[in-house]
Amino acid sequence: MREDQLYRIPSGCAVVGILNQDGFRISGEGIIRSIAVMHDRSNGLGGGFAGYGIYPDFPDLYAFHILYDDRQAVITTEDIIQNLCEVEHSEVIPFREIKEVQNYPYFKRYFLFPKGKIFSEDDEVVKLVMKINSSISGAYVISSGKNMGIFKGVGYPEDIGRFFRLEEYQAYCWISHGRFPTNSVGWWGGAHPFGLLSWSVVHNGEISSYGINRRYLQNFDYHCNLQTDTEVITYLVDLLGRKHQIRISFLGSVLASPFWHEIDLMSEPEKTFYRSLRMIYGGALLNGPFSIIVGFDKGMFGLVDRIKLRPMIAAWKDSTFYLSSEESAIREIAPDLDEIRPLQAGEVVSGQVGEKISYGKKCFVSRV
Amino acid sequence: MKKLAMAKSVLFPEFKVIRDTDRCIACQVCVRQCANDVHHYDQDDDTVSCQDERCVGCQRCVTLCPTNALEVKKREVGFHPNANWSVQHIRNLYKQSETGGVLLSGMGCDQPYRIYWDHLLLNASQITNPSIDPLREPIELKTFLGAKEEMLDIDWNQDFPVIKTQLAPQLELNLPILFSAMSYGSISYNAFHSIVEAAREVGTHCNSGEGGLHPDFYPYGKNIIVQVASGRFGVHRDYLQVAGAVEIKIGQGAKPGIGGHLPGEKVSLEISQTRKIPEGSDAISPAPHHDIYSIEDLQRLIFAIKESISYEKPVSVKIAAVHNIAAIASGAIRAGADIVAIDGIRGGTGAAPQVIRDNVGIPIELALAQVDERLRQEGIRHRASLVIAGGIRSSADVIKAIALGADAVYIGTATLVALGCHLCQKCYTGKCNWGIATQDPYLTKRLNPSIGKRRLVNLMRAWAFEIKEMLGGMGVNSIQSLRGNKEHLRTVGLTREESQILGVKPAGEGW
Repeated sequence: MREDQLYRIPSGCAVVGILNQDGFRISGEGIIRSIAVMHDRSNGLGGGFAGYGIYPDFPDLYAFHILYDDRQAVITTEDIIQNLCEVEHSEVIPFREIKEVQNYPYFKRYFLFPKGKIFSEDDEVVKLVMKINSSISGAYVISSGKNMGIFKGVGYPEDIGRFFRLEEYQAYCWISHGRFPTNSVGWWGGAHPFGLLSWSVVHNGEISSYGINRRYLQNFDYHCNLQTDTEVITYLVDLLGRKHQIRISFLGSVLASPFWHEIDLMSEPEKTFYRSLRMIYGGALLNGPFSIIVGFDKGMFGLVDRIKLRPMIAAWKDSTFYLSSEESAIREIAPDLDEIRPLQAGEVVSGQVGEKISYGKKCFVSRV
Repeated sequence: MKKLAMAKSVLFPEFKVIRDTDRCIACQVCVRQCANDVHHYDQDDDTVSCQDERCVGCQRCVTLCPTNALEVKKREVGFHPNANWSVQHIRNLYKQSETGGVLLSGMGCDQPYRIYWDHLLLNASQITNPSIDPLREPIELKTFLGAKEEMLDIDWNQDFPVIKTQLAPQLELNLPILFSAMSYGSISYNAFHSIVEAAREVGTHCNSGEGGLHPDFYPYGKNIIVQVASGRFGVHRDYLQVAGAVEIKIGQGAKPGIGGHLPGEKVSLEISQTRKIPEGSDAISPAPHHDIYSIEDLQRLIFAIKESISYEKPVSVKIAAVHNIAAIASGAIRAGADIVAIDGIRGGTGAAPQVIRDNVGIPIELALAQVDERLRQEGIRHRASLVIAGGIRSSADVIKAIALGADAVYIGTATLVALGCHLCQKCYTGKCNWGIATQDPYLTKRLNPSIGKRRLVNLMRAWAFEIKEMLGGMGVNSIQSLRGNKEHLRTVGLTREESQILGVKPAGEGW
């Protein structure tokens, strides 16, 4: 990673997500059209995509997308990977030259699984990702989940999508991000989505609790070295959702918890439950304005901050579930919707493959 | 010891009492108000005169004079200027050569060591992050003190998830401020009464200090943290069981390394009954606890107390901020402390040897930053709450302390000032004209507990508003999100080394 990128950059953004709950896969063309509608929410300094179900040939292997700024880093990184993992297949990530996207780094992908395991396979992969990202200058693991991948770079999202030839991939879930950083980032790794294992996070907002979230995560051996808000959100989601096994639908109760005065009005058992969550997970509370979309294996959820300072809208059409900063981006690809409604403050709206849609009635409201 | 007849003291008056004779109506308020007998009424002349050398500068007469005829000023001494031999040093030499004793003092260290709070600046939101308006949006100050589990074990296979983890006992505070340890004995019954009433109304806790608990205050037990100090004054089963929490006092910022000190002048009958000591005797606590000579001994005492309160309340360990504070705090937590209270060099006292008060210990800001960082590195920060004390003067100090990593702060001196204290530093004489640090019934009745309580409640209310304004400005609507969030602090005018110790970036540096 480049030293001059080691500072946080507040940014405004566009986010959009599409999930087909029948597991039917669609090409990346739709999401590119959708995010392009919100062109003015980004400023050409970052755009990216995550697709789930794109590698049906290697569904059980960890797909590492690695960005290299430096040829030497390729050798060092591949040495480490070869030592610790079995790599079944690796290749350069295909791209096309377009005039809108210049000065791009070198991208490779590896399909692998860790050799020796002391901890769980996921933990070993997290350790490897942390090791490459923090110790090798010029190499950065962009995504590390199974049967999914993240594609991102410096440019408008629709251009980045064309650069990576996303119309050639088929995914049951796509999420995308267009970035409006308030100062220039010249580094592709700084674009979003941010990923770890199968999580990918896009985020519109600024986390004013960043300092403490980061220090809280250190307790659990997560090292935030990218200095972005999205990175801490991703690690918090991994910690809470994967390690502490908190249900997706209740993540909002921690990340954007109900207010104390609301908890005081609850009856048991809710009262004790929410009180305990807040007491124990105070360091994981996210403050400041945000709307986030988190993609995970077989699903996607959206969440906005405690007092809803950033926009997010959910919509449903047949078996497809949409989340977006603006309604227009959804209407672009699905003009007739069955149901559409804005997210409430602190509310988690989620969808999963195989789960039947009942027009938003499936929504989990952490606010109770 | 029989006092030797000595020549006139070479001590010179510290203060000058200026009386505007045109305004003075010889009403004698000053004569009656001064416990130090500064003012004297001459019946023959119908005039009031004064003896400056007795004045301690408490400003009581100035405040109460109905015609504003009085002014008390620090007396300018005409010594030849000397950077090495300050007036303070010369006075102390005179005093000690006349008395042969350890010089006592009250309140916290008054030496001009750097006050780091004044070199820390707070952040606010602009454009990229909307500030939050506390008049229109909720902003939360609720704080829980006690050990926190690292994670919750939850049974999700129920209609509604059930938490299987048994949570450690907590103290619930409506704002992250507690009233610091001030014993009944060091302060008056009325002062203590004002504080316990205020703690209950505000929804926070006060601290008994090491003077036991007067039976009248047992009904307030839930809002009182009771201390177990090296003298063990007034410690018994009911005392431990009635409290909201128990605090083992190892040290105090004003006098690290030595025990508590209550001069016999202040040990009245009621105090003697509360402390279980003879009336009029000095209550000098041993320097160490004689059952704690090591960290493992502390662990035994912690668990002896936990056993006696059935593990239903948190146990705090209060230590003075000394050089190796980070390792000591870590040890206390590993020994079982649920709360660690750290008192810095500017922490107050009712009586301490001046030389210790002014020369031993380190500033609380540095201690706090180091302890918080160390505990996080060791991965045990969640196992105890950190409460800091020692010179917190305003809501700005409170919020900076929280951002530096404290869970809450103790306020002692600020509490007394709110009750009328004018910081004359003569608490140890028992002659407090403000009725706070005295047991003389003629003086104590000057402090009306219901007015005292109201003043303290007002102070807490005002600070809570100010803290909410500052939090909202930072775009934070829960104090939880500021705790240990050093990104919202910047240093100004400090060396690089000091900034590093604080773990705070210098002003001008962005994210």
